[in-house]
Amino acid sequence: MVSAVFHSPLSPAAESAAIKTEASYAESTGATSQNDLKNKTIQPVLVRPTASAGKPPFDWRGLWLAVLPPVFGLGLLIGVWALVSISTASSIPSPTETFKQAIVIFSDPFYSKGPNDQGVGWNILASLERVAVGFGLAAAVGIPVGFMVGRFEFLSRMFNPLISLLRPVSPLAWLPIGLLVFKGANPAAIWTIFICSIWPMIINTAVGVQRVPQDYMNVARVLNLSEWKIVTKILFPSVLPYMLTGVRLAVGTAWLVIVAAEMLTGGVGIGFWVWDEWNNLNVKNIIIAIFVIGIVGLILEYALIKIATAFTFEEVKT
Amino acid sequence: MQNYIEISGVEQTFKTRKGPFCALQNVNLTVAKGEFVALIGHSGCGKSTLLNLIAGLTLPTQGHLLCANREIAGPGPERAVVFQNHSLLPWLTCFENVYLGVERVFGAANKTTGAPSESKTQLKARTDAALALVGLTPAAQKRPGEISGGMKQRVGIARALAMEPKVLLMDEPFGALDALTRAKLQDELLEIVARTHSTVVMVTHDVDEAVLLSDKIVMMTNGPSATIGEVLSVELPRPRNRVALADSAQYLHYRKAVIDFLYTRQAHVEKAA
Repeated sequence: MVSAVFHSPLSPAAESAAIKTEASYAESTGATSQNDLKNKTIQPVLVRPTASAGKPPFDWRGLWLAVLPPVFGLGLLIGVWALVSISTASSIPSPTETFKQAIVIFSDPFYSKGPNDQGVGWNILASLERVAVGFGLAAAVGIPVGFMVGRFEFLSRMFNPLISLLRPVSPLAWLPIGLLVFKGANPAAIWTIFICSIWPMIINTAVGVQRVPQDYMNVARVLNLSEWKIVTKILFPSVLPYMLTGVRLAVGTAWLVIVAAEMLTGGVGIGFWVWDEWNNLNVKNIIIAIFVIGIVGLILEYALIKIATAFTFEEVKT
Repeated sequence: MQNYIEISGVEQTFKTRKGPFCALQNVNLTVAKGEFVALIGHSGCGKSTLLNLIAGLTLPTQGHLLCANREIAGPGPERAVVFQNHSLLPWLTCFENVYLGVERVFGAANKTTGAPSESKTQLKARTDAALALVGLTPAAQKRPGEISGGMKQRVGIARALAMEPKVLLMDEPFGALDALTRAKLQDELLEIVARTHSTVVMVTHDVDEAVLLSDKIVMMTNGPSATIGEVLSVELPRPRNRVALADSAQYLHYRKAVIDFLYTRQAHVEKAA
């Protein structure tokens, strides 16, 4: 009975295990009575409630630091915005007006009145789709290429000058080539995404492969693992964190580039939407679009960081 | 006792930017079956180089290494290595780390011995047995990041033992551990080796460890161009007990002999480096 009273929420499993070992001990010695057994099991449990007695004092300071600074930051942004709005005699709309407009826009994000007038939801989805296709193709090509560049010295020396030459080129410079080759706005935009997001993936994957600890490769050699096992059990897991960093950088760049590319190509998409609202001189919508682009980018980044930490192990973390 | 590992006239030269660097020269050594050999010497004397040669991770520039009368041409599971820094794969659980080797050795039919391939259940049983041998059954499903340094090293030993190697090669296996954990693992190793009659070659820089564990202590001269300076046979009766040995005259004699070699005759390591 007593043990039930002292049950701390942390310990039921540990305690039942303790009871089991005690019980088996009792059986093996055959000398311990039921009462003794109870006393024994209570012994270690007695200590716990005192340790966790009463809740720890609420961490106000932690909450303070977690909530206040971001709120101040946001407040600063809105304050500066409001000042700019007043000083330009409302040619830049004020935060309140923009907020009202945002409510209107987000109350019906998925309307469609012809190809040039669609809800903000459709625009975002169209942009995300382009990014997904372009980025997916880049991953499908870039990651295997990165593996090979990392694994073979010859290929690394062969591709390094090419990568150094092509990587700094602004993605938009590739757009005319895309338009010329693919004869269409949409494939050209996808091509631009592809070409700008492939470099971080190649480079990071290659670096990851080159940095696989020699110890792991020695283990593989001593165990005489097959090539397939080496790739699946050693190379891939140890390269994964590097690869995911590449993927994260690539998605970031892709999201930056898509807005610019869509401004040039037109169609449906968040970048086109910004340009269209500029032509309509609807500045409130442009500001809303800026926030939307920022928030979507933030979500993409956050999701990829979460994935990356889930696949990062001890050695790579430190 | 038959000679199991034979090293004759081995020389190892590495190419460096400053030209060739001769790490080992004229190394001759034989290890009998079931013998426990410790390699000891100052750092940089090529102990690990010699161990890597026996493991087959590197090949000698000159000379021959034979294991069971066959030339060592590369690494293989019959010469299992316990690495200095455990080298467990951090994304696999302890069980999976050990299983990886077991699967490779026993999962396929063995051409040389003609042993048939074993079922998954048998492979798992072997893995469990190896983990039980080093007392890690409760930690089997944990990842290396979740266990202590001593436990990791034990998993490394379990991985090596589970492959039933002909030779167990250990590169300063307990070097990174605190003294208490080290003593505990040394005792466990003594027990395991006594049970499995393994042939062991162990690199160490710990005099007590060498005397306590080995049948033969190979003392190496300082590099570059290091070679074997002296071989000391340790004829302490087994099973050995560290407490009982602590004031045994014989033990102290061996200990003195090694210390004398390391610090009197090969003391100029700092000047040479």
